[in-house]
Amino acid sequence: MATAATAPAPSPTGYHEASGVWSWLATVDHKRIGALYLYTALAWFIVGGFEALLIRVQLQGPNGRFVTADMYNMLFTMHGTTMVFLVIMPLSAAFFNLLIPLQIGARDVAFPRLNAFSYWVYLFGSLFMNVSWLMGQAPDGGWFGYSPLTSLQYSSGLNIDFWLLGLQILGVSSLAAAFNFITTIINMRAPGMQLMRMPIFTWMAFVVQFLLVLAFPVITIALVFLQFDRFFGTQFYEAAAGADPLLWQHLFWIFGHPEVYILILPAFGLVSEVLPTFSRKPLFGYPVVVFSGIMIAFLGFGVWAHHMFAVGMGPMADTLFAMTTMLIGIPTGVKIFNWIFTMWGGDLRFTTAMKFAIGLIALFTIGGISGVMHASPPADLQQTDTYFIVAHFHYVLFGGSMMGLFAGVYYYYPKLVGRMMSEKIGTWHFWLSFIGMNLTFMPMHWSGLMGMPRRTWVYDAGQGLDTYNMISSVGAYVQAVAVIVFMWNLWSSRKKGAVAGNDPWGAGTLEWSMPSPPPDYNFAVIPTVTSRYPMWESKPPRSPDGPMKSAKELGIPMPNPTIKPLIVALFMVLMFASMLLIHLGHQQLAVASIITFALLMVLGLYSWLLTPLEDAH
Amino acid sequence: MSDHPQSAPHADHGAEKHVHPTWSTYWKVALILALITFVEVWVYYIPAFAASKAFVPTLLIMSAVKFAIVVMFYMHLKYDHKLFRALFTGPLIIAGATMVVLLFLFGHLVVG
Amino acid sequence: MATAAAVGHGHPPTTTGLDHRKVAIWAFIGSECMLFTSLISTYLAYKGRSITGPFPHEVCNPPQCATTLQPILNIPVTSVSTFVLLMSSLFMVMALAAVQNKGKPGWAGTGRFARLQESSRFWLMATAIAGTAFLGFQAFEFTSFVHEGLTIRKNLFGSSFFTLTGFHGAHVTVGVLWLLTLFAIDMRRGLGPKDSLIVDISALYWHFVDVVWIAIFTLVYLIK
Repeated sequence: MATAATAPAPSPTGYHEASGVWSWLATVDHKRIGALYLYTALAWFIVGGFEALLIRVQLQGPNGRFVTADMYNMLFTMHGTTMVFLVIMPLSAAFFNLLIPLQIGARDVAFPRLNAFSYWVYLFGSLFMNVSWLMGQAPDGGWFGYSPLTSLQYSSGLNIDFWLLGLQILGVSSLAAAFNFITTIINMRAPGMQLMRMPIFTWMAFVVQFLLVLAFPVITIALVFLQFDRFFGTQFYEAAAGADPLLWQHLFWIFGHPEVYILILPAFGLVSEVLPTFSRKPLFGYPVVVFSGIMIAFLGFGVWAHHMFAVGMGPMADTLFAMTTMLIGIPTGVKIFNWIFTMWGGDLRFTTAMKFAIGLIALFTIGGISGVMHASPPADLQQTDTYFIVAHFHYVLFGGSMMGLFAGVYYYYPKLVGRMMSEKIGTWHFWLSFIGMNLTFMPMHWSGLMGMPRRTWVYDAGQGLDTYNMISSVGAYVQAVAVIVFMWNLWSSRKKGAVAGNDPWGAGTLEWSMPSPPPDYNFAVIPTVTSRYPMWESKPPRSPDGPMKSAKELGIPMPNPTIKPLIVALFMVLMFASMLLIHLGHQQLAVASIITFALLMVLGLYSWLLTPLEDAH
Repeated sequence: MSDHPQSAPHADHGAEKHVHPTWSTYWKVALILALITFVEVWVYYIPAFAASKAFVPTLLIMSAVKFAIVVMFYMHLKYDHKLFRALFTGPLIIAGATMVVLLFLFGHLVVG
Repeated sequence: MATAAAVGHGHPPTTTGLDHRKVAIWAFIGSECMLFTSLISTYLAYKGRSITGPFPHEVCNPPQCATTLQPILNIPVTSVSTFVLLMSSLFMVMALAAVQNKGKPGWAGTGRFARLQESSRFWLMATAIAGTAFLGFQAFEFTSFVHEGLTIRKNLFGSSFFTLTGFHGAHVTVGVLWLLTLFAIDMRRGLGPKDSLIVDISALYWHFVDVVWIAIFTLVYLIK
């Protein structure tokens, strides 16, 4: 292992791992990479939440002037972009990283260095996108960047360039990770870990990787077209040249709809782990949960134009997409029943994780109901582009994804850190979140139906919207307190939480057979699996007794830490960033810069590929 | 290249002991590819046929055959583990369906 | 609980018996299907919608164009480049067979050219040269189009055509660099059966790039 720089961090298991900044920069251990994703995503959660808070202050009363209209556009654009791409997806990635190898009985992912690369690209990409704030030119075209607003003619600053380049960078991160996890799940399962014995989280993660693989190339091309229009004067979205600005919408939503399933399925997976544990019952209808997940992914590619019911596609298109959209409600709704029946008759323990999981069931259902309402094109003509839609997607994304991810954090923090989070503080976090969330988003159903448009900077008094908006803003302040409580819980539990031990919850899946936190090699002995809940069998797998041995002592070859993924990621992001110079009018410098960074990146890549992953053994 | 540890026991074909296309199969495929390409270009230059309704479907079928034989024989999907077939045909179906729907939405395919 | 494979020695075998990298390259090829589908769909969606010429298959008369412009696509030349790229797939397959069968003399028959046919270096370089020739044809085509007044920003056809074929060409370029790298490794330490996998993976990438061109040739060049 790499030499430890300073005194090793005290681990609740007493196992010594490399510590110091370098060990984190050069890590290829999936657990550390998962931790990096988690902390980075939570930091962006605070940023995105702060952006939301400013929005709610502006909208607290009619004709607010807390921020300018331009600033407001940046706030809602960055709030959405941050929460989707810099928070929910990376939080899911944190869990993919932490859990997948542990749940399938593997020692790491298939391509550990590619894994590290994905994280560093995410970090540098997220920083790049937010550097725009420092220039006062944060993206301001909405998180979905509709054309022709995003064209050079209507958005002449750097705002949209930061947005599109940032998203392209993040796409590389997600795609690389998807290839990694697909290979890992297909190819690194322990003996006996058949596909239909995998934990549901791993199943949902598996489905999500395919969604990523298929959806991200489409938005990549959509962004390429926008980029070429803005930088090179092409005509992809220029109506005057005969093009159709709707092309953007189609391409974006062909990505965008699978994207929302990418956002929710990991949370569904986490809930499917939490509920059985705290009901002390296996998940009800495991095969149905798996197949409905697969159906959602497949059907998810056929519903995209339900985001476009108001653009005039014609009755045939509207009908087709309305039908597919209503159809996809079925596999989604089925899971709700699976979860409820899991709890039915179970021995329920209402830990914080359980509260959040149940919270997801309740709140996602509400969001799902409003979603089905949008599926009808005539109804959607009233609802689209109003706060009714804002209510819907916050119920499914906050009430759904975030609640599920919070449940995952409370449930898996002990495994990652080795200590329990405070249940008392957690309960406060839960209720403040739950109440705050409902205060903020429930009134939006009414204000939306009354006609309050989305993305509106101000609204006039006397339209019946004042009270709803006031309540929403109060809810946001309650949520802010909830977030502070949560951060406090995370921070203080690191040292003060009770030592967790291998399996504090009495759970059923393989990750709980190991010490908390697990040693770098995960399993001293790869287990053989004979059921879906190995830990609930009469003879569950056990980690060896006595002091934990190192990988070297056990003769387990470990991948060498390496800084190369970080370097290649850095050069790649700098290459993309150099494109901004084109817009600033420094064409030659841009070309020189892009070529230089591309060459450096390729050199780094060659160095990486020609270096063996591990020492020969 | 980097020495990847988690490789299959047999270095050349993986653990699958499959039938391998022969040397002559490869040359035959190449011949068929060349022939079909020749025919495709030939019919392009027959004005009567090129203007007919059969033109586009004929060309599509011919390219589909070329596509299929390269995938099945050169990328030896025919001989490999079923997994690879699944990994390829799934995305191919979604891609194809997406293209068809997009063409319909942009008015290039008239339905009904 | 039984202890399964590899207690302390090396790594457990993969679940499927297949190499990780082969699984990954097929997943990657799946994503590339969607990438090129988006590009091709856009090209097809915008077919016939350019407001001004040059056009791919039609003449452009004033006032639509300043002067009368002939259809710009050159089918004969592109047929040749298509043929070259198709043959490059044959060469690639030969290269892989050469690597897999190295050390088994006589596998390629006993004709006059047997030794050449057994040479992985020969076939790798042949593939790279064919690929480069294809790129040469593309470069020729692009420059002559620009000369005739079709730039990427001229009209919808120019935008969608150059972007689609440009992305394809970029993929070919990466492939050529990959092949040259393999060639260099072959020169340096020789490629043998134990390297079959890495050559196989580059072959899969190369064939896929060829297959995309099969689609593009028909949909862009042959169908009017």
